[in-house]
Amino acid sequence: MNATELVMGSDAALFMSGMNAYLLDFLATGYNYWMAIVLMMIGFYITLARSNLVKKIIGLNLFQTAMFLLYISIGNVVDGGVPILTDNPDALYSNPLPHVLILTAIVVGIATTALGLALAVRIHEAYGTIEEDEILDAEAGDS
Amino acid sequence: MQHRLVLRILAKLLFAPILLFAFYVQFHGDFGPGGGFQAGLIFASAFVLHGLIFDVSSARRFVSDRLLQVGAAGGVLLYAGTGFASILFGGNFLDYDLLSETPTSGQHLGILLVEAGVGIAVACVMVMVFRAFADRLPHLRERDW
Amino acid sequence: MLFAFLIATALGIAYLRHLFAVVMLAGMFSLLSALLLLSMDAADVAFTEAAVGAGIATILMLSAMALTERQEKPSNRSMLERLPALAVAGAFGALLIYAMLDAPPFGDPFAPAQTHVAPYYIEQTAREIDVPNLVTAILASYRGFDTLGEVVVIFTAGIGVALLLGGFVARDRSK
Repeated sequence: MNATELVMGSDAALFMSGMNAYLLDFLATGYNYWMAIVLMMIGFYITLARSNLVKKIIGLNLFQTAMFLLYISIGNVVDGGVPILTDNPDALYSNPLPHVLILTAIVVGIATTALGLALAVRIHEAYGTIEEDEILDAEAGDS
Repeated sequence: MQHRLVLRILAKLLFAPILLFAFYVQFHGDFGPGGGFQAGLIFASAFVLHGLIFDVSSARRFVSDRLLQVGAAGGVLLYAGTGFASILFGGNFLDYDLLSETPTSGQHLGILLVEAGVGIAVACVMVMVFRAFADRLPHLRERDW
Repeated sequence: MLFAFLIATALGIAYLRHLFAVVMLAGMFSLLSALLLLSMDAADVAFTEAAVGAGIATILMLSAMALTERQEKPSNRSMLERLPALAVAGAFGALLIYAMLDAPPFGDPFAPAQTHVAPYYIEQTAREIDVPNLVTAILASYRGFDTLGEVVVIFTAGIGVALLLGGFVARDRSK
């Protein structure tokens, strides 16, 4: 009986070691998931913490691209090929459905980004700044 | 403006090949990577390049704002119209099987029309957005960058 | 490897204040992610991402930057005031990773995502539509209604930008 088992009881220790193996397994075989999530959270953090509006939009874009990577990685198949039909009947293809969804999402994303940037430009014209803090101060000063 | 000779000549050289490539991507989309969305973006980027190196007003003589507005709306209408056409031919909305003699040639025709609609709409909207931003820009001097 | 590059670029975007550099890094991020998408067999998507990220998105952000400010102001928020944002992002990320723990391994051909409707599309496209590019077949035909909606969204966003920046209206009135 080792020290951990003395403290936690053997069942709990077994659970912990199982959990560790589980996590390690996830880190190795599911690396696409957590890497995409890390990227997503960097974008999320930029959006939350930075007060510059253009920077916020770039943060949202990061978040969005990370989401695209996540989707495409879910559709990927080991040894699969680009989903363009070939003459070989046994060919294995990656899942084309996420590709379709993300393809349109990218173009919609750029259109909405343009809309966001246009809003930032108009806000700059109205307030003379695109820093969120200064806009809030100006608003407080008005009322 | 005159001294940026390399940029101006390169832009002139590249403009037509980019447009040609956009058409290739548009119509080769059935067989290889590509399609209306990509073709529209590439088409627009040719005009964006032109607008960056020269100015927006010279491009406006060839492609007016009016044409862009009509194109953006027309692309969406072409897409939706294909859907309604397939209803008129007796199918469901956007069910292209009945557009032509055989179901597969109907599908080919339907996809061609729909992708054309997507390409036109995306290209026109992107050039429209670029011009909307570019019109606001004061003329930038070199040292501002 | 590419993921590591992407994360490094994203951190660069988070730390830099000079917006020109940030926009350039964002373009680089886009190109890198296009490479990654290509390595995951998504040729069409990589193509789109490269066309958007390296071209139009960068240009639009540069012009928005030129119209507003070049430099992000040093924040007067202290480290302590940034802590909530960091905590929320961290907690949200941890939750997402927890939710993903049961997800199938990367590239599993028997994952639920691969066994739902995708086999139908892959098997029937040659007979029903006869177009080699599966992405085009699904985009324009099987899921044509989706795509119609997306095109309408793009159109609406274009109208929105034109209205906000007022290019068209102003010129028409001056005539």
